[in-house]
This record gives sequence, structure tokens and C-alpha cells, in this order.
Amino acid sequence: MNKTMMGLALALSSFSANAQAETETDFRGNVSLQGRAFLSEPLFPNQEDYNLSVAAQPEWNWQWNDRRDSFTLELFGRWDQNDGERTHADIRQAAWIHVGEEIETRVGLRRVFWGVTEFQHLVDIINQSDLVEDLDAEDKLGQPMINFSTVQDWGIVDLYILPYFRERTFAGADGRPRLPLPVFVDDPLYESDDEEKHIDYALRWSNTIDVFDVGVAYFDGTARDPLLLPAFINGELGLRPYYPQIERFSVDAQATIESWLWKLEAIHQHRDGESFVAMHGGFEYTIVGFMESAADLGLLIEYGWDERDEQSTSLFQNDLLFGARLAMNDMASSELLMGISRDLDYDSHSLLVEGSRRFGQNLVVSIDLRLFDSDEPEDVLYGLRRDDYLQVDLEYYF
Amino acid sequence: MKKLLPNWVNVALTSALLALAIPAHASAEKGLEIAKEMKARDIGWGDSQAEMKMILTNKQGESSEREIRIQSLEVQQDGDKSLSIFDSPQDVKGTAFLSFSHAVGDDEQWLFLPALSRVKRISSSNKSGPFMGSEFAYEDLTSFEVPKYTYNYLRDENINGLDAYVIETIPVDKNSGYTRRVVWVDKAHYRVQKIEFYDRRNALLKTLTMTDYQQYLDKYWRPLNMLMVNHQTGKKTELNWSNFRFNTGLKDEDFNQNTLKRAR
Repeated sequence: MNKTMMGLALALSSFSANAQAETETDFRGNVSLQGRAFLSEPLFPNQEDYNLSVAAQPEWNWQWNDRRDSFTLELFGRWDQNDGERTHADIRQAAWIHVGEEIETRVGLRRVFWGVTEFQHLVDIINQSDLVEDLDAEDKLGQPMINFSTVQDWGIVDLYILPYFRERTFAGADGRPRLPLPVFVDDPLYESDDEEKHIDYALRWSNTIDVFDVGVAYFDGTARDPLLLPAFINGELGLRPYYPQIERFSVDAQATIESWLWKLEAIHQHRDGESFVAMHGGFEYTIVGFMESAADLGLLIEYGWDERDEQSTSLFQNDLLFGARLAMNDMASSELLMGISRDLDYDSHSLLVEGSRRFGQNLVVSIDLRLFDSDEPEDVLYGLRRDDYLQVDLEYYF
Repeated sequence: MKKLLPNWVNVALTSALLALAIPAHASAEKGLEIAKEMKARDIGWGDSQAEMKMILTNKQGESSEREIRIQSLEVQQDGDKSLSIFDSPQDVKGTAFLSFSHAVGDDEQWLFLPALSRVKRISSSNKSGPFMGSEFAYEDLTSFEVPKYTYNYLRDENINGLDAYVIETIPVDKNSGYTRRVVWVDKAHYRVQKIEFYDRRNALLKTLTMTDYQQYLDKYWRPLNMLMVNHQTGKKTELNWSNFRFNTGLKDEDFNQNTLKRAR
């Protein structure tokens, strides 16, 4: 081997060593097993009293260019014993982030959260809810987007271009709980002729000013919550999701004053000559060192209101919500959570009790109890009156 | 005998004895001088990054580990900024914590929860609460700033073979979990060797010992081992620091909600 060759070989090997050192990779995720036991006879003959399902959520991340570039891939899949609609998969994230001098650019499928309150996420609109996962609508489908973000002295500005729409997931005919009629998820209706290819836009400014964290946003595009229209398809009566075009202004604010968190979310939504206002707000108060222990007790009271009253698509159109969260602050991160909602229009209630703790370094066990109580057929909760259930989750994190 | 006396009698007696022994004015002044010198010797470090392993042990001897990476930025004339990223236990992996601490007034704190991609502003009045289930309270881990306490010089004492000052520090913040702390500071380098924490009833709650000091940039001392023992519960927490780096190029722009969201 002559000197030039040797030099080249050395240069190459040091280059590849550098490239290797520069790209950081990371892998994490969880697999989970979930069992549900329903406490009453089902409303529909094809529904079961017990349900098992398994899910997996792996995530890969690569970072290079001195961490100014990164790519994240997060997948999700669930197999469900009874509900074909709940056996599903999704790409939660597949996004490249580039951090420039002034602007951070994020391209791909991502998850974005807006808002401050706990019982309802009124202003949170970028991602579609993966509603078949859980009634709390906190699981989200990956949203394709181009997002530019800049941090300035006067706040953070985010511009979103959303080129593709994701339809909401609903439990199938064999699912439990489910709506009283089957949802024709394969035959959605859109107001826009572009259907799911309509390009939506959103703009948000947020800032921290002393004790206040404030966000103001504008959204123009396809509504994430569909109207469910009764329809006959192939001789079967069901509900057809209809996704209108909307314009929405929203404000969310939190004041953090000693042990108190004061929270408010409000929207003004406009559609085809009609408009309405809705708001959700309340407070959270934390008692640190509850009863002379290491535990914290958080108390929450929230109220949700929608101008459309009973015509609202929201579950919280005139609802008072109370919550208590006991965090033991122990080695196992034991937590007990309780939430009660009371609908002031329909006189109905729902209750959630959730306990969780960690076993060892990787396993988290949680037990949830959900009870629904409603006597008025017009109430959304009425459809769940026989679906009280106990749920056990075993989640293994790696 | 001591048990029979109410706490306030003990406090009153101790104060009376202290008042007789040394003029209170002189002890406060000397205490403050020592605190100012401690701070003066730790000014100008700029920014740092380090990794920390936390070992929690309960009374039965069972233990559990947490791993955290911490980026810190010195802020002149105020508390420091920090961004902490949790690597284990696995279920909290990816959770990140942004804190702007302040010399006077409440700190500003945000938590990033990766499962929801949600940033939450959290109350900083939790300063007396445990950090991640450990024996360290949030207030034990924030940067030392002179205005956070008032001071009393108590005595000179030898500790770990070093000549040291023993001072008493009394938190100004009413949300602090302590009535006072007794701090051993070595005379040669003004490094904290030991702290005793007294709870709201002025009973000895915890003892922190700092060992394995290393010097960085030929000036700044950091303890690589910190052991906190809770005398009331029998639990303890050990912090093992590693990979301390200074002058890593961190700037103010690296500490905001956008960097919090992509911290990993």
C-alpha cells in the first residue's frame, strides 16, 4: 500500500468514525396488556362482558449535526379481542426537526398539544383523537404537517400547514363502550370538495408573562369533531361522520400563583354563517405534604360551557367537574386519581377512579374504574349507562 | 428530660444561651460574610452539563434507581436556569423539566410530558416536596443564592479532617420545609461538607454529606457524591454525579419551551 492510499484509508476511517460519533440513536417504548370487565348486562346482544387487548408503542430517534437535526419514528398498534375497529395501527410520529438560527422547522407526522385544563381539551385542535383507544380522547393520531416555530423575546410563534386530514376513530359494532348506532367510519362526508386533502392552517402565539402562561391561536380548516348524521347505508341504520369547514379563534391561559393554578380555555368558532362560543375553566390547588406525609394532594374544580347547549357536540356543554389527585411521592410513584363530572342540563354523572404504581424499574400497573349514570335519552352519556367497567393495565416500558 | 419540655421552651432556652455566649449581631454579620464568600467563589462558571444517578433506599434496604441528565446556565444576579431530562425509570423516560430559579420570589417551572406532547407550567410552591420520590426536596437542588437565607455564624469545627465554619441558614421563603439548616463549610475552599436540615417543628429531619469534590476550570468545586439521610423515616438517597463538563456552549436560547419539547 503506497502512502497516498494509506492516507486516504486513514482519512476515510476517521471520517466514518466521526460520522458514527455524531449520529446519536435512541430506542424506547412500551408493550401493554389490558383487561376490561363490565359490571352490567350489555345493551346490545353482540357485546361481551370481558375484553382483552394488547398494544405496543416503539419509538426510534436519531440526532445528528450537533443535535440540530433529528428524526423520530413512533409506531402504535393494538389487537383487541372483540372490536375489529379497536384492532388498529397508526404512525404516531415520523418527523424531521431542523433547528435553524431563528426558525425551527418540523416536517412529518407529529403530535401537538395546546391547552391548560385537565378534564377537557377545548382548544387542542391540531391532532385527531384516537377515540377508540379511550373515552378521554387523550390518545391522538399522528397529524401530517409542516410547522415553523420561532422563539422571540415577545413569545413563541408557530405556523402550521396541515396538508392531510385524519378521520376520528370510533368503536365498532362489537366494541364496548360504543355509540347506540354503528358509525360508518368508511363513509365520511366532508363539506369541502377536497375532502381529506383539504389544506388546513393554524397560527399560534404563546408566551410567559410573569405568573401567566398565555396562548392565542387561529385555525382554519376541517373540524376535528364530526357531526354524526343518521343515515341508511346498505339498508342498515347508522351514523355518518360529517366534517364541516370551520374557523376558530382560541385563547388559553394559566395563572400560577403559589399553590394555585387558575386555568381558562375559550373558543369562538365560525361555520357557514353560524358561530358559537364555548369555554372551560377552573382551578387546581395543591396541598404539599398532605397530612404531614411526603404526599401531595391536588384538588381540581372545572366548569365547561358551550353556547349551543344541548346541540353541542361536546360532552361538557354545561358540566361541573371535580377531581382529586393523590401523589404519594414514593419509590413506586403511587398515584390515586378521582374525577366526577356532573351534567347540569341532564342531571347525569360519571365517575373515574384510577390507581397506579410502578413495580421494579419497568412495569407500571394501573386499575381504572368508570361509572356512568344517566336517565335522559338525549344525553350523550345515556348511551353508556350500562357500560360501567373496571380496567386493569399492565405496561412494560423499555 | 428533654422530651418533657415543649419545643418552644427548648428554642427559647437555646436562643437565650446563644445570646449570652456571643453577640447576635456579630454572628449574623460573620455568617453573611461566609455565605457571600461561598457565592463569590462560585461565580463565573457559565454553563455546565452533567449526569446524575439517584439511588433511593428505604428503611427495609430495598433500593431503586433514577437517571437524569442536567444542563445548567449561570444567570448573573439571579437564580440559574436548568433543563433536566429523565432517562430512567423507563416509564418516565423522555420527561423533561425546565426551571428558572430566582434569588427572590417563586421559581418558574415547566414539565414536558412526552405521552401527550404536553408542556405544563407547575407550581413552584412544591419546593418542600420530594424530588422524584427521593429524600431531596426541590429546594435542596436549586442554585444557592445569598438572598434566599439569613445567616448566623455558630462556631469553628473540624470536619472530614478539614477546618470548617459552622453557620446556620434560615430560609426567607415561607414555603420552605425548614426552620433552619446548619451548614459546615471548609475554610480553605468554602465548599459545603455537610448540612443538617431542621423541619418546621425544629426537629432534626435530614443530614446531607457531600464528598469526592472535584475541581473544574481550575476554580469551581463540585461534589461527585451527595448522601441524604432522613432521620425520621430511615430512608436515604445517594446522588452520584458524573461526566461534568463546563463551557459546553449553552446559551439563554437553549432554555425555553421549544428546547424543552425536543429535549431527549
